[in-house]
Amino acid sequence: MLSVLLRAIAALALGTSLAGCAGGGAALRGTGDLGVVIERADGAVLVVENSTRSILGRIDGLGDLSHAHAVFSRDGRYAYVFGRDGGLSKLDLLTRRVAARVMQAGNSIGGAISQDGRLVVAQNYDPGGIKVFDAGSLELLADIPATHGDGTLRSKVVGLADAPGNRFVFALYDAGEIWIADLSQPRSPRITRFPGAGRQPYDGLVTPDGRHYLAGLFGEDGIAALDLWQPQPQLRRILSGYGRGEQRLPVFKMPHLRGWAVAGRRAYLPAVGRHEVLVVDTETWQEVGRIPVKGQPVFVMARPDGRQVWINFALPDNGWVQVFDTLGGKIVASLQPGRAVLHMEFTARGDEVWMSARDDDRVVIYDTAHLARVGEIAARSPSGIFFASRAARIGF
Amino acid sequence: MDYRIGRFRVLAAVLAGMVSCAAAPAALAAPDDERGRSLVRLVRQDCGACHGMLLTGGLGPALSPDALRDRPREALVATVLGGRPGTPMPPWRGLLTEDEAGWIVDRLQAGFPER
Repeated sequence: MLSVLLRAIAALALGTSLAGCAGGGAALRGTGDLGVVIERADGAVLVVENSTRSILGRIDGLGDLSHAHAVFSRDGRYAYVFGRDGGLSKLDLLTRRVAARVMQAGNSIGGAISQDGRLVVAQNYDPGGIKVFDAGSLELLADIPATHGDGTLRSKVVGLADAPGNRFVFALYDAGEIWIADLSQPRSPRITRFPGAGRQPYDGLVTPDGRHYLAGLFGEDGIAALDLWQPQPQLRRILSGYGRGEQRLPVFKMPHLRGWAVAGRRAYLPAVGRHEVLVVDTETWQEVGRIPVKGQPVFVMARPDGRQVWINFALPDNGWVQVFDTLGGKIVASLQPGRAVLHMEFTARGDEVWMSARDDDRVVIYDTAHLARVGEIAARSPSGIFFASRAARIGF
Repeated sequence: MDYRIGRFRVLAAVLAGMVSCAAAPAALAAPDDERGRSLVRLVRQDCGACHGMLLTGGLGPALSPDALRDRPREALVATVLGGRPGTPMPPWRGLLTEDEAGWIVDRLQAGFPER
């Protein structure tokens, strides 16, 4: 009995000392079970652990994190957080410290990391363009202004995605162009421009195989697509006129696109200004179906295995989340996880999904097999949730 | 969040109009406290999706006092309610009354509350 007690005390002491050493990086552990939650109103990031559904720590002082986005180093140790105010912070998930930080623009919207993990790229509204940084030091390696028109105009950049070959693909919102930046020599970027992509691209994605880039269009019904495997990719338009000329509803929040749109051989894409998800065959790029949903979709995210697609919505339906079963071909659940559900993130293998309920100040966790709520963590105005398993995925 | 049309307290509105007439010259009716907080939240969080939570701009332009100072109030109210065709700015009529839009515009021009 006494020995048990002593062992417990020793274990506790060891645990405490390890925790105490965490700041020095002494505790041995991986990061594959970790992630970050953006607390958008406080300029803070929570470091969370999936299996224990717990908060390991909070990192403050990161500026304006409205619409913040994060990508991960290849070893999953560092999260690169892109703030609205142009701040780019490299966070150490193990020590919960800021490893490096630069102010790189006046107004930024997100970023991406290269295939080889050496380059971090920010996409900016102001000054419009992308900037390329050394992933280790955050030293600026290249500044690529998104010029258009007579060369003096600069466009806001949206839809930045990494592609194989240390390439990055992005869209110029104001110019209706898509650019591919080949950064195999980071200080000498090679740019290929695709004008005439369509009016007001709002976001973009690279498919999980790294082959196709899609840019969703706000200014017209359709999606611009590039086959990145081709030696000379050609612009093509898919889902043209999916609105059938009907008046769209007011759009209170822009939809978001990422590689999570793809489940099996189909892509599930939000219809802008409609209560619909568009289903496209990724071999033929023909529309093969539409799913009527509760509101205007914002995130349409396939569970990593592709069996389910989870959908959240713009105002005034942002308290709802619907689950589409890709096998049965129907909506199987309409959930109300909380008020103002801004974002969702699946655990690496999709057993759980974490959802930000901004106006309830919490992250709500659901078991995806039983569609049941299994936990929650407190967070102040949570928005984006990003798990370190993104480190291994193309387009994340 | 409740987006039904807010209830207006006449007395509070009159008082608010008297107290804040320097900052908000044309405010004739003000939302009650609860609706006011919910409107502040709406602007910071939901308008903030495009204009930035600090209203410094994003896909949409900055909504700071500097940016809006010389813009006519009525035009701004019309933009809030009717949107701007050809841009992503949607018409908020249906989620906001005209008085609420005016209340928001007055505060944007004066310096928007934090919470």
